Amino acid sequence: MKRPLEWQIATVSAIKPETANVKTLTLTLPAWLPHRAGQHYDVRLSAPDGYQAQRSYSIASAPERMGEIDLTVERLEDGEVSSYLDDVLVVGDQLEVRGPIGGYFVWEVAQGGPLLLIAGGSGIVPLMAMLRHRAAAGASVSTRLLYSSRTHTDVIYRDELETLRAASTGLEVFHTFTRTQPAGWRGYARRIDTPMLQEVIQPLGPTPLTYICGPTLFVETAANGLAQLGVPASQIRTERFGPTAP
Amino acid sequence: MADRFISRGFLGKRRESDVANRVPPGQYLTRDFPVLSAGPTPRMPLDRWTFSIQGLVREPITWTWAEFVQLPTQTFVVDIHCVTKWSKLDTRWEGVSLDTLFEHVELDRAALYLTAHCGGGYTTNMPLADVINGQAFVAYKYNDQPLAPEHGGPARLVVPHLYFWKSAKWVQSLQLTSTDQPGFWESLGYHNHGDPWREERYSGY
Repeated sequence: MKRPLEWQIATVSAIKPETANVKTLTLTLPAWLPHRAGQHYDVRLSAPDGYQAQRSYSIASAPERMGEIDLTVERLEDGEVSSYLDDVLVVGDQLEVRGPIGGYFVWEVAQGGPLLLIAGGSGIVPLMAMLRHRAAAGASVSTRLLYSSRTHTDVIYRDELETLRAASTGLEVFHTFTRTQPAGWRGYARRIDTPMLQEVIQPLGPTPLTYICGPTLFVETAANGLAQLGVPASQIRTERFGPTAP
Repeated sequence: MADRFISRGFLGKRRESDVANRVPPGQYLTRDFPVLSAGPTPRMPLDRWTFSIQGLVREPITWTWAEFVQLPTQTFVVDIHCVTKWSKLDTRWEGVSLDTLFEHVELDRAALYLTAHCGGGYTTNMPLADVINGQAFVAYKYNDQPLAPEHGGPARLVVPHLYFWKSAKWVQSLQLTSTDQPGFWESLGYHNHGDPWREERYSGY
């Protein structure tokens, strides 16, 4: 019986392309533990000569799905680990992982809402775990997702988000496309800014439980905007990744 | 000893050998400077900023910004290691060594640990032995520029030999204590000590 946070060897049971450079890996875990939406797993690759590389990936699946997890991985241009996961890994391969890790950027239905989720690019992954958990638990807590992508072909989980929105009580999804928009698009078509945030959050009241995930510049803009709108800092949790100004 | 697991088809990048021994286990090198904070960036105007040493000292002391920047400063070039796996070599800071700051107080014999208190409510803890004798400083410049708010400005603690969550951003005071008091991340599953060379990342549940 493994203690939590020991390395275990998972088996890849499915690989699903999400967008041109994003894939979801389904991993069967011999020592699966229920996670909390927002947590991540560490992945470790080992070469024959002993060289190792580790990275963290947010769990995309709900904790209600037992025995396995989904990790959604964006292939980075210079990515040592992400390029292996994209190019080399196939169903049936094994992957060394440990987790679940993270105690702050987490949401459980019991925490209630209203819930404000703000995603930039692949920052949608941990927030998707929250939405899937919300759906699996049959919750109706008032929830709004604001999701920024370059174009509509970059939207990860595009169809499932629409299905969740349509099937769910109290969930609304807002997309903004910052580079090009689909024909006939009448939604947001720019980077997030304070006026956009103001429109999106207005029905949620003054103190929504807020989770922001994405590149750090995106998170700064969103968090600063919400602060300007009077959302207390204590209500805002952030997860940041990716390059910043040196 | 059990056979080590090997990832099929993985060869990995190779590091230049002259830096390989400067990168702790499980880390990768970045030329970037990532920002990872749990919440929004706190803003602290300099005319209201103060820095204190308090707790198990004969008399607590507080500096205003104008007073603090008059203290003897040094340039520090150090390697830093984040628990999220990135390491950055030869980062350049300017600030005041904790040894210099401690010259202004008389530490109680019972003062064995330190808790850093920060704007926005962040805390982190470490043994006093980890921050004396040239091991830690309070930095207010990075790369010869005033330290940016998202990187901890106006001033942050820097303790390069521990994982960088111990290098508390927006530091406002150091509290000397007789017992070890787990701070923010230490209470949320991260290792109480945080030595990157022993991969002390997590504490489990």
